[in-house]
Formats: sequence, C-alpha cells, structure tokens
Amino acid sequence: MNAITNSTATQPAPRTALRCNALVKKYGEVTAVSGLDLEVRAGECFGLLGPNGAGKTTTVEIFEGLTNADSGDVELLGMRWGAGNDQALRERIGVALQQTELADKLSVEETVRLFRSFYARGGDVDHIIRLVSLEEKRKARVGKLSGGQKQRLAVACALVGAPDLLFLDEPTTGLDPQARLQLWGVVEKFRADGGTILLTTHYMEEAARLCDRVAIMDHGRVIALGAPGELVASLGADQIIEFSVTSEAGELQEAPLRRLPGVTGMRAKEATEANGVSYLLTVSEIGVALPALLAELEGENVKLDQLTTHQATLEDVFVNLTGRMLRDG
Amino acid sequence: MAEADQNLLTDVVTGSLPESKNLGKRTHPLVELTLARVREFARQPEAVFWVFGFPLLLAFALGIAFRNTAPERLPVAIESGAANTAETAAAISRSADLQAVVMSPAEAAQSLRTGKVALVVRSETAASRGFSPGFDYRFDPARPESRIARLAVDDALQRAAGRKDAAAVREQTFTEPGARYIDFLIPGLIGLNLMGSGMWGLGFVIVQARTQKLLKRLAATPMKRWHFLLSFMLSRLVFLILEVAAILAFAYFVFSVKIHGSLLSFMLISLIGSLAFAGIGLLVAARPRTIEGVSGLMNLAMLPMWLLSGSFFSASRFPDFLQPLIKILPLTALNDALRAVMNDGASLGASATGIAILSAWGLVSFVVALKIFRWQ
Repeated sequence: MNAITNSTATQPAPRTALRCNALVKKYGEVTAVSGLDLEVRAGECFGLLGPNGAGKTTTVEIFEGLTNADSGDVELLGMRWGAGNDQALRERIGVALQQTELADKLSVEETVRLFRSFYARGGDVDHIIRLVSLEEKRKARVGKLSGGQKQRLAVACALVGAPDLLFLDEPTTGLDPQARLQLWGVVEKFRADGGTILLTTHYMEEAARLCDRVAIMDHGRVIALGAPGELVASLGADQIIEFSVTSEAGELQEAPLRRLPGVTGMRAKEATEANGVSYLLTVSEIGVALPALLAELEGENVKLDQLTTHQATLEDVFVNLTGRMLRDG
Repeated sequence: MAEADQNLLTDVVTGSLPESKNLGKRTHPLVELTLARVREFARQPEAVFWVFGFPLLLAFALGIAFRNTAPERLPVAIESGAANTAETAAAISRSADLQAVVMSPAEAAQSLRTGKVALVVRSETAASRGFSPGFDYRFDPARPESRIARLAVDDALQRAAGRKDAAAVREQTFTEPGARYIDFLIPGLIGLNLMGSGMWGLGFVIVQARTQKLLKRLAATPMKRWHFLLSFMLSRLVFLILEVAAILAFAYFVFSVKIHGSLLSFMLISLIGSLAFAGIGLLVAARPRTIEGVSGLMNLAMLPMWLLSGSFFSASRFPDFLQPLIKILPLTALNDALRAVMNDGASLGASATGIAILSAWGLVSFVVALKIFRWQ
C-alpha cells in the first residue's frame, strides 16, 4: 500500500487510455481525418468538439475499430486493432454510435439483456437499467420510447460490459434540455466511478460541463487542445462584444477598433445567409471597451445594426480560430 | 484519492475489475440473439400473415380449383350446315367422354381458339369428297385434351359408321390416394413456403438492421459474428414447425391429404430445407444496403425456382437439357424429397441425394455469407 501511495506521490505521467498518431482517413477526394494526433488519459472525460463534417465521427469510428484508417497508429488500452486481440478489446470498450436505431420491436429489458449476453463481464441487467433511469420503461418497446429515453438506452447498451473506455458520439444531439441533463448525469456517474470517456459534441456547454479536456477539431485536424477553462482563457478576455453595422457602411477598418482600450482582439465573422458580416471583439474590460466602441462608431458615422455581449465560451474559441460558428458547419 | 486513481490505473491496464463490476449473470448470446429474432418476428402481424395465412389461402384456392370431381366430358364443336350434322352430334354424344355442341363454322373456330372446345368436327358430304362421307378434325395437337378428344371422337364416329372392335377389352378403374393434384400440390406448397419465409423473413430484417446502423452497433460489441448469423437460422426452426404443421393440418382436414411416409422424416427434410433457404437468405442479404436492393436479389434468386422446381406441376415437363440444372436447385431437391415421403411413403434414405444437395446449399451459403457480410 505504501509503495503505491509513494509512486503516485511522485506524480508519474498520467497513464494513457488512448493514443493516436498521424491518423489519416480519406473517402475518395475528401479527407475526413488529416494527420490527427491525440492522447486520452485514463480516467478523464475527453471531448472532441467541432462542427459537422470536422471528422469527429470518422475519428471515433476508427478508435472503435469500425473503420480502418488509411495510415497512422491507434493504441487503446495498450492494444491495437487487427493485432489478434480485437475481441478482447471489444470486451473493454463501450460504444454509443451517432443515431443508432435499436430494434423497435424489442423491449428495453430485452435489448439490454441481449447486449449484456455479448460481454463476458459486466453488471446486472436491472442495475444497468436503473443506472440510466429507465426502470419504468423496462417493459416498453424501444419503438415507443422518446428520443431521450432511446439515447439513454443506447448508453445503457454501451455500459453493459462495464467498459474501461466509453465512446459517445454526439450523445445529446436533438435532445431537449431535460433529457440532456439526465444523460449528463449518467456520463458523470461513469466518470466518477473511474471510467474513461471520449465523447464528441458540437455543444460547447456540454463539453464545458463534462470534459476535463477538449480537442477542437476542424477539417480533420486538432486546432486547439486543453481544459475548457484554459481554452477560453487563451482568448485573453472574458467578454465578447458581437456587433454588426448597417450595410451602407461597407467593411469596417480593423486597426482602429483593435486599438480601442480594453479590446484584446478582433475578428470578422463570415457572413451567413441570415446575417451580414458581423464583428467580434474580445475584451478584457467591458466597462471601458463598450463606450469606446460606441464613440468610435459614432465618430466614423457608422450606424449600429445589432450589438450583444456575452461571457466568453468555447464557441468563441472556435470562432476566433476559424471565423466560423460551430453550428454553421 | 491517490489510491483510487492507482486502482483505476491498474484496472485500465490489466483489465481486472472489482467484484462489484462483475455481478451480472448472462445467458448464452446465441440464445439471446435467437430469442430476439423470434420476438421481432412474432411482433409483426403482417409478417405473421405472409408466413402463415398466405400459404393457407393459396392451398385453399388451388385445392378448390383442382378438386377431384367425376371426369368431365370434353366439349367438341360440330359445324352446322351439313346434311348429317344431327346424326354426327348424336354419335359423338353417345361417348361417355364427349359432349357435342352444334355451332356455326365461325363460332366453332372462335371456340376452338379460346379453348372452350377441344376439337371441331366438320362433316364432309359425298359430293365434296367424291367418295363416302368423311370428317375433318381441327384441333391443336399441343393441347393434351384435344388429342384425347381426337381419339374419342374418331372412335365414336368410326363405330357409328359400322367399325367393329377386333379384340375384347375389360376396364378396371381406381383412384389411388396420394395421386390427386392436391396431393401433389401440398408438398410443393410447403417447399415454396419454406423458401419464401426463409428468404423474405431474413432478408428484410437484416437489411433494415443495416440501414439503421444496428449491424454496425453490434459489430462494435464482442458478439461473435457467426452467432449473429446462426441465430437467424435457428429462429427459422421455431417457425418451421408451426408453418409446416399449419399447412399439413389444413390439407388433412380440408382435403384429406395424408403423409404416407413417416412424419419425422417429413419434418427432418423440412428442417434441412428450411436451413438451406435461411443460408441462401443470409447470402442474398449479406451485401445490399437498401430494401429495394435486397428485394431485387431475392426475386432474382427465387424466380427460377418458382418456375422450374415443380411446385405447381412436375418439373419433368421441362426439356432434358434443363434437367441437370433443375435437379441441383434447392427447391427441386426439397420438393422431390417432401413428395417422396408424403406421397410415396419413401424412407429418408431414398432422398439422400436431395438432402445432400440441400445441406450443401445451406452450408456453402452460410460460410460465404459470413465471409462477405457487410456490417455497416
């Protein structure tokens, strides 16, 4: 016991649950994953954050052994796919795919029991159903469940084998806020019991709440990596001013705005169909920056169209890096 | 905290788990998978109808259409207009096998074309022939009943004209049980149904599971892939007994069709046939991504057997050069083996070749399906 405590006390490098190097996957002309390096530590909840089409699902499916990479190396739980122990590896991972439709005609309990039968180890069926709070629905057909209940059942099926490593691909996409909260609870419980999680999402608040670390992906690459708080802090600001101006003003000059007091950065956001160009100012002191901005615009004789301010989030990190919104894809 | 971390790390690295994580009892995956198949099927009322209801309706309709009645008289047309028309018609009607109908030449030609009469008789007067009265027979030699009518009409007219039989004959007639059309039909329907339910029952379920990514999800579990495929074949066995029993009971009570051989042999052949078609069903469903795709392939696989395998009429009617091909079709092998037991009372050994053909189809299809199966 002593020896163990001592060795932890010396802070060895955290053990790795999953590592990939120079991962590449192409579908014809399209490069889905473009030289990805990643490391997930044992016991952490790691988030892959990015817009649709960033390559998150392809990456996760390579990790899950469902898709073969064109090149690169993946090691999970000290093993590799295709090295003769795929079966052993599958025993130790849990998977919830993006939008799996489980068999409609089976009941919740029958579905969990079926999945449980595939794994040599794992919890008791009742226990797993309780874990995802579906006790009242245990006799209900899968086809009759709500979206949130289906998703919790999918997570239950991922948990039946008491996995060491859990993959959740967009687990809460399309769910209402309450269903999302319930699912987060399941994930947090698994994490608290010592499990390692890799989840993908395009919801910043989900990543910020659940993940110890996130990698922001875009075009098959990691463009930022760190704890959610660190990434937000890297903006060098805690407030964001977003504004747009009436169209007759044309493009604004960036330099004068950047020089305003309290402003730490600026970025023009690409126009979308709904909105024209808007501008994002990252500011450290909103009380100073906002009056200065208004005075500057008035001095230039530019009319404001819209202006909002908010606390900086991971979304702003993404916008700051790419000029696009996460959800715009 | 540190200790908990350390425990976790050993867990992750060695895969060992605290007792609390290893509570669950589990049933054998093959049992669970087969149960899932059976439940999914039984919970689809429309599938249940197509497997059980449809063949019964078909057997009923065909049984009624081809029911055994007293042999019918063959209708024969006599062209009106000749002087001796009435005498000719009377002579023909004296035959127990024929029924004479007098009609105009145009009407007669029309009736012959549409199959309402088997043959048309025209009296030739002495004037038009230049010698004693004679007859013209018009008929299609490709129609068996027309050829019978020709013989019977000729016999009746020659006797009427004064021909004497040279030898005395005696007739003994009997109807053998098991030789009626319905006796021939029932084993064929069972064969056809085993093929249809084996292939449709599997194909749709598999392709649907593929389109909704359920197969992909299963591929991410440690489930043994052959367990999954085998569960489809096993689930077929559950339904097989019901399917075959339903048709047999129906045929027995409605048409008094009996099994002359052993029921056990009959069920055993049904079982092997059912497994063979489940194997072929798996193979057909191994790759397609859409319901349309698998439907096309299913029809392509089944159509030749619908036509050639002798479910509704004997396959021996097809030309000789096709026979080797017909013989190796699984449905032919199944139909022949079922009929051997049911109608001829043959032993299982008599159908050894057929059973071997069926087993080969089942086994090869299963192995190939497992190899080429598309999981996503």
